[in-house]
Amino acid sequence: MAIPKICGIETEYGIQIRGGESNPVLASSLLISSYVGATSKKSDARGIDWDFQDEQPATDARGFSYEESYAPEIESHMVNAVLTNGARYYVDHAHPEISTPECRTALEVLAFDCSAEEIVRRSMKLAQPFLGPQSEMLLYKNNSDGKGNSYGCHENFLVSRDVPFGRLVAQITPHFVTRQIFAGAGKVGCEIPGVSEREVPYQLSQRADFFEEEVGLETTLRRPIVNTRDEPHCDPQKYRRLHVIVGDANMSQTATLLKVGTTSLILAMIEDEALLLDLSLAHAVPAIRQVSYDLSLRQTLLLRDGRRMTALDIQWALLEMASKYSISHGLECLGGQDDGEQILQLWETVLSGLSGEPESVAHLVDWVAKKRLVDGYSQRHNLKADDSRLKAIDLQYHDMREEKCLALRVGLDQIITDEQIQRGVTEPPDSTRAYFRGKCLERWPDQVISANWDSMVFEVDKGPLRRVPMMEPMRGSKEVVGHLFDSATSLAEFLEQLGV
Amino acid sequence: MAEQVRRNKQVSDRSEATSEVTATTAVQSGQTTSDLDDLLDEIDDLLESNAEDFVKSYVQKGGE
Repeated sequence: MAIPKICGIETEYGIQIRGGESNPVLASSLLISSYVGATSKKSDARGIDWDFQDEQPATDARGFSYEESYAPEIESHMVNAVLTNGARYYVDHAHPEISTPECRTALEVLAFDCSAEEIVRRSMKLAQPFLGPQSEMLLYKNNSDGKGNSYGCHENFLVSRDVPFGRLVAQITPHFVTRQIFAGAGKVGCEIPGVSEREVPYQLSQRADFFEEEVGLETTLRRPIVNTRDEPHCDPQKYRRLHVIVGDANMSQTATLLKVGTTSLILAMIEDEALLLDLSLAHAVPAIRQVSYDLSLRQTLLLRDGRRMTALDIQWALLEMASKYSISHGLECLGGQDDGEQILQLWETVLSGLSGEPESVAHLVDWVAKKRLVDGYSQRHNLKADDSRLKAIDLQYHDMREEKCLALRVGLDQIITDEQIQRGVTEPPDSTRAYFRGKCLERWPDQVISANWDSMVFEVDKGPLRRVPMMEPMRGSKEVVGHLFDSATSLAEFLEQLGV
Repeated sequence: MAEQVRRNKQVSDRSEATSEVTATTAVQSGQTTSDLDDLLDEIDDLLESNAEDFVKSYVQKGGE
């Protein structure tokens, strides 16, 4: 049976200080330090440091590494903190980045993605006093600057080590190429050198322009549709973590839920060998751009077996298989029947809308909502495709300043309540080891020396440092350790009861 | 198109509950044309005043 699809999202935000510091690394550090300094529970107001001991981003899932590939480097000298909600908040290259805590369901990860946005908004306010009176910090939850520079929104999924990686790549690729019809965040123009706004005035995805390989290790150059980073952050004998770099950062909650939910479901089907139709594409890299540029959703893609299907056809075929799978295997892999059914129902609603009149899903799909705005404004003012105001609308759709954000004004459905969002800023999910991480930070902040995804280091009564491994993502949940937090009166007692 | 509708129906038949919820979601449909017009009326106040400079000055380093 498929294993539980533990999942998480890491989002890099675009950052700029208007009228001030132009170094994005310093700007990102200021943003995060302001938040950590104001919210830290440690007595010296410092954050809890990230522990890099087990980071191996250069390990390739295929068991080898190309000589010329550029493995990501770990930048341990930059601001890097763990939060009481179990998330990691850090400077990555030249961007602030938040990784949600590990979650049990797509709905849960959506909630923590919303809380991450709230953390960024609070950070902006907290950083403002450190800027000059004429300066303003601007952040964008998007994936490109419109000038060929891209930054990522990565998803992570727990996958059984038993699945041969080659089969995983072959079977997930058609979904990664076509899911942008509902998960694309929309983009004005095109960033392929030499392609003008007249040729591609608008496209479905922020990211499609940047993919050059079908499979590979890089994330910053020659980006692959399937990334092979093999760094499970848990028991490597049992699990792998599929690191998905192909997606857009979404403003629509529905799009985030569907992006994570449908991918979780298809990965479960791959584990159970229940993805029976072969939908392999003949040329996946050109196809990802073709789908992104085809606003009609009617163009067909060549499959390896010679058939031609539209992106919608492929999504319908995946949904049909997923529906049958839900009956034959149940939906425990997605956290239960209700969670799974919600994904299937939304998936069908969105595909039905896109198959008929795409405008009918403007409340669910980012690229449709943004296009409506861009088209409406363009027609009203009779603008050319390359007018800067259309690019400004694109950028401000993703603006993290509430008073300037267009996505907040286009009528997108809200799934997560404001109360849930506020709670997720400080409280971890109950369902995974993130609960253990977050609650330890809350209870014994001065005794947590460092933490990372799969372990924590404590100092107890000035004795030797004690590392507690957390190699099972489901252990450390509230159900497993909640009562120990309730009964223990000290960290020493807690660790003793834990048996470590 | 007929193929699409047929497939769509097959999936819908999975359970009655599914169809009901789908219908509800569809009814909640987001903005009307007049909502969009209202937003287009106020959008000039929301957009940065010098769009060209604003867009030009937004330059990021690649990430990930």
